[in-house]
Amino acid sequence: MKKVGVLSLQGDFAAHGAALERAGAEPVYVRDREQLEGIDGLILPGGESTTMLKLLRYEGLYEAIVEFGRAKPVFGTCAGAILMAKEVTHPAQESLGLMDIAIERNAYGRQIDSRVATLEPAPEFQLRTAPGTMEAVFIRAPIVRHVNGGATVLAEYQGDPVLIEQGRHLMATFHPELTADPRVHALFLEKL
Amino acid sequence: MFQFANEFWTVNVGHAEMLKGGVIMDVTNAAQAKIAEDAGASAVMALERVPSDIRKEGGVARMAAISVIEEIQKTVSIPVMAKARIGHFMEARVLEALKVDYIDESEVLTPADEEHHIDKNDFRTPFVCGARNLGEALRRIAEGATMIRTKGEAGSGNIVEAVRHIRTIIKEMKQLTVLGKEELVHESKNLQAPLELVRWVAEHGKLPVPNFSAGGIATPADAALVMQLGAEAVFVGSGIFKSDDPEARAKAIVKAAKNYDNPGKLLEASRDLGAAMPGLDISKLPEAELMQTRGW
Repeated sequence: MKKVGVLSLQGDFAAHGAALERAGAEPVYVRDREQLEGIDGLILPGGESTTMLKLLRYEGLYEAIVEFGRAKPVFGTCAGAILMAKEVTHPAQESLGLMDIAIERNAYGRQIDSRVATLEPAPEFQLRTAPGTMEAVFIRAPIVRHVNGGATVLAEYQGDPVLIEQGRHLMATFHPELTADPRVHALFLEKL
Repeated sequence: MFQFANEFWTVNVGHAEMLKGGVIMDVTNAAQAKIAEDAGASAVMALERVPSDIRKEGGVARMAAISVIEEIQKTVSIPVMAKARIGHFMEARVLEALKVDYIDESEVLTPADEEHHIDKNDFRTPFVCGARNLGEALRRIAEGATMIRTKGEAGSGNIVEAVRHIRTIIKEMKQLTVLGKEELVHESKNLQAPLELVRWVAEHGKLPVPNFSAGGIATPADAALVMQLGAEAVFVGSGIFKSDDPEARAKAIVKAAKNYDNPGKLLEASRDLGAAMPGLDISKLPEAELMQTRGW
């Protein structure tokens, strides 16, 4: 069984752990750098990206994850996607820069603008996983403003890319860990 | 996840999920909110006065001034919550119009209604409510709360009541898991909580919404203690800005929430913080001064 790390500093790491189990992988809740050894990939969960950044620094995990991402796949959702982007705005903040995209935080507005949307994923996504629409939960979500270099947009919402694959990495601006649909986690497991 | 049949339930419980493992800090102005965000707070709670000042100064405690909340919203990028008085659904409507991210229908403020809580199902904005026991928690969830926190005793700097409340809620949930179906009907009556929710808790052994702790947290070890007992995140009220060195203490409590089961790291986080806020012996407080008994 594949072992997948879930960064467990703050946020909905437990929901990702449960989603991995549903998709047939073993979650490892990563709270220290030593735990990065022996895992096949890493998930950066939803939560508050500013809080996670502070804790990454406090715990000496920041460079370790950049290093990990040079060799192995990383998948970020919402705050995790913000951490993965090269450029972050609204406001600008540092990030791990694992994917060459520009992302704007809280771009739909505050919690009152959070929503559940039904997406029609790209044909490639449906071919690689299973056919059908997808429920996507957006919570104080970011919007991807630019995708640079080679990347595959696997789903869009209102014309903006919300599920993107670039090289070995994957990011979603919504929360596939909060719905019963296992396809996004299954796709990430395929990449390991 | 427990499912009420609307999308607000999913996004509002989901928002609470995102706050797990974090620290939500009480702030009374934008400068404090900035200190909280820089320390790693996962959200801030805007209020007029911190609970220890409300306790000292007395009078009616209300929702914070609009200009203060707006200033805080402009200053930080993390979620901004605000408190409304128990039963004061118009304060809550104003906070909703202000687009605060979460409303705390809070016993720390002076109650506006001594029989009814706000019908929270009627709002788009999510609510957190305090509870001392499982029955109270489930009544608040039935009314639409999507996050529960212990009440503790706000502004006391004394963790004893938060410990009592989290232990009580966890114990009462464990007890439900071993009861038979016919016993659950009786328990629903004892708890004064809807049977549907009692059955859900009996099956899952936890609340259908995140379960956080508040009321009396003053040190990193206090935060770690309630998390060891089962709280999934912590609220810190007076504990930060009534201490000697708020920046250092705020950072230390953020580290403690993440390292609650690691005594070595907790020790490192607890060094050189200056004095904690002054504490109160709750057994010496007159009944009328208790905040936790507000709410029905």
